[in-house]
Amino acid sequence: MGHFYEEGNLNGATENLNGTGLPTMSDFLVVNNVTKRFGGLTANQNISFSIDRGQIIGLIGPNGAGKSTLFNCISCYYNANGGSILYKGRDIARENPESVCRMGIGRTFQIVRVFKEMTVLENIMIGAFLKNTALKAAEAKAREVAELFGLTGKLDVVSSSLTIAEQKRLEVARAYATEPELLLLDEAMAGLNIQEVREAIGLVLKLRASGLTLILVEHVMEGIMPIADKVVVLDYGEKIAEGLPNEVINNDRVIQAYFGEKYNAKRRKSAA
Amino acid sequence: MEGVFAQTLASGLLIGFVYALIAVGLTMIFGVMDIVNFAHGEYLMLAMYFSFWAFALLGLDPLFSLAPIVVIMFGIGILTYYVLIRPIISAPMLSQIFVTFGLLILLRGIAQFLWKVDYRMIPETILSGNFSLAGIYIGIPQIVSALGAIVCNTVILLFLKKTRLGMALEAVAEDKEAARLMGINSDRMFALAWGIGIATVGVAGVLLSSFYYVFPEVGGNFCLIAFVVVALGGFGSVVGAFIAGIIVGLVEVLSGFLIDPSLKFLFVLALYLGVVLIRPQGLMGIK
Amino acid sequence: MKKGYLALGLFLIALVVYPLYFTDPFPQHTMIMILLYATMGIGWNIIGGYTGQVSFGNAAFFGVGAYATAVLLTNYGLSPWIGMVIGCGFSVLVAVVVGYPCFRLQGHYFAIATIAVGEIALVIFTNWQYVGGAVGIYLPIRQESFWNFQFHTSKISYYYIILSMFVFGLAVCHAVERSRLGYYLRAIKDDPDGARSLGINVQKYKLYAFMLSAILTSICGTFYAMYVLYIHPSNTFDLMLSINLCILVLIGGLGKLFGPVIGAFLFIPLTELTRVHLGSEGQGVDMIIFALIIILLATLRPQGLWGIFTKRAT
Repeated sequence: MGHFYEEGNLNGATENLNGTGLPTMSDFLVVNNVTKRFGGLTANQNISFSIDRGQIIGLIGPNGAGKSTLFNCISCYYNANGGSILYKGRDIARENPESVCRMGIGRTFQIVRVFKEMTVLENIMIGAFLKNTALKAAEAKAREVAELFGLTGKLDVVSSSLTIAEQKRLEVARAYATEPELLLLDEAMAGLNIQEVREAIGLVLKLRASGLTLILVEHVMEGIMPIADKVVVLDYGEKIAEGLPNEVINNDRVIQAYFGEKYNAKRRKSAA
Repeated sequence: MEGVFAQTLASGLLIGFVYALIAVGLTMIFGVMDIVNFAHGEYLMLAMYFSFWAFALLGLDPLFSLAPIVVIMFGIGILTYYVLIRPIISAPMLSQIFVTFGLLILLRGIAQFLWKVDYRMIPETILSGNFSLAGIYIGIPQIVSALGAIVCNTVILLFLKKTRLGMALEAVAEDKEAARLMGINSDRMFALAWGIGIATVGVAGVLLSSFYYVFPEVGGNFCLIAFVVVALGGFGSVVGAFIAGIIVGLVEVLSGFLIDPSLKFLFVLALYLGVVLIRPQGLMGIK
Repeated sequence: MKKGYLALGLFLIALVVYPLYFTDPFPQHTMIMILLYATMGIGWNIIGGYTGQVSFGNAAFFGVGAYATAVLLTNYGLSPWIGMVIGCGFSVLVAVVVGYPCFRLQGHYFAIATIAVGEIALVIFTNWQYVGGAVGIYLPIRQESFWNFQFHTSKISYYYIILSMFVFGLAVCHAVERSRLGYYLRAIKDDPDGARSLGINVQKYKLYAFMLSAILTSICGTFYAMYVLYIHPSNTFDLMLSINLCILVLIGGLGKLFGPVIGAFLFIPLTELTRVHLGSEGQGVDMIIFALIIILLATLRPQGLWGIFTKRAT
């Protein structure tokens, strides 16, 4: 499978094809009219879209648009009030986080969370234990995963001592160790410098090449736009656009959402 | 039979006011900074001892030692905050539990060391004796304590709702960040919460010392009852603590009267379990 | 690594030969108490130290174990060894019944709930005539034998029984440490919501830990009943026992295999010392010392005294 993590290597990175070698499954994940309310606030309103196996999906939108809420609904940290979420044909909307993980959905969090008191190796082992119940097997698997993510040199380091970028990588590695089929990355590239973003892009592509389907919530446009097969845009809890990255970028409503009406009007005027 | 029932009700009500007073400090501290003070009962015990020694060594009736002791307790509360609590404000919950737990052991150990394990009692206070109303006999110290508790609770409520300082405290309890943006120094507010919280339980201690035995372990059961009251009233709600205190007092005496006196405590504890499992936010809780 | 095993080996050998060298009943009794508390401490450590769920109610398991043994022996003539197994069964039941609803609660609410449960148990057993109420149970004196779990001429057999239980406790904890269960428990302590995202059923594993804790504490209750031959609510369902277990693990080292061992070796002698040598003058001095250690460790070094002697790569 080779190393996922090679510093600054983007060879073959920009192809938006399903290169997994697995048969394409249409409707790998179908989000169907998902609504989530908190008291009087509707965080997600009738969100619908579907993704195929092997795709890289970008989920973008201004702050407060409901992206993380949607992630929490898909990974079942919240249960949606309305609608359904079909994962490989099965409605998971009312499940809980641990069973959804066992079904093959892994995730990271907006604010990075690793097990602070445990070493890098131990962190990944926790993930590996899902499919490898014996200690030796889990440890071996964890070392493998660490190698793939370039963390082999830091295996015995307590995770709280890592840099934020390293902790984020550890978080992804740990989720990867559970052998998921769908990976939800929540703002994985936030706070990274340009070099680190390039490395992250390479990592995401190699993950897809190994057979994963990925959804990324991102604000770092240069991190997601070059590699997404499709982009879904949320604003004020609703889906306002869906399509190829360069389509979405020029979408009126999307520009309005990010930059406001005034700017959009000016832009249209100067384009005319 | 009716007379005994009314008698029971009355005593439950009166002690309920005192329970409310003990719980108010606990709920305030939790409301403002999310810390459960496991040592709360020990401060009660301290105040009871102060009152006892003021009587035994200085001949001061609790009525007169109340004010100075409250001031001392306020100071102790602030001291506790700055020395022990401030360092662990952002520590994991486990550490916070262990620090106040350690404080519990420390205070009890100090009490055992300084004053030994004997039971003490203030023999006779100025306001003592019995009072009879429609066939019900009530101890005057109990009435005074209940009245004192009501007055103190009301003062605290007024302080929180009507004064700027009090409202600042409530603001910090509700949203620390927003309060900070409005210029409220949360560190000072935390210290104030501890000061008031411990001073309040100090009032309760002095009041109790007029009719209750004083010994190093006396804080234990009262602390547990305070937890029940705080849970029932809603962690963080002062009004809730007031109402819940009365309810708990009544539950205690009524279960003793209707079922079995030796099982009173069981029902109070069962009430705690019932509340946290069925309605965790209690009666008026926001958390 | 090798050094550790050597030290452990020497330690165990020392424990084995201890009563052969110290033949007086008092030092034997003291060591029995140390091993008893150490074993219960190991039990507490599994739920409190590794999993991070502070329980102030473990005395309930001690009491259930003691009473089950006593009642089965007194009323049905069953051997205390059978009583021990049945006592464990009851204790595990209590752990599940209490844990299932209560583990939903956040840390401090759970801690208070365990106090409530422990005290409720005390009230129940104090008022339950079938088990002797406040008076308790005087266990019938039987012929000295291993099966009868009674020895009248010397404490040495009791010593070796409790030593075996202690080694059993260490073995159980060690096995947990080096298993998926142990890793999961530490993850739950560190970040329960993050653990769920990795497929861990937090409720289930907390219950497993609690059940193990119950078993280790319950067998100690059985031992105690047969050692002192008189049990009543105050020497079995004692809140101070629950609190002392917490204290000794805290000072020795939370979540470390030998934490409770160090803790017990500090706790028992110190409490004995202050009681015997300082008498009423020294009342409370041991509590003050423990409290200061706990507070210092909680604020500065959560790993306990054990953590100070072992280093971890940072």
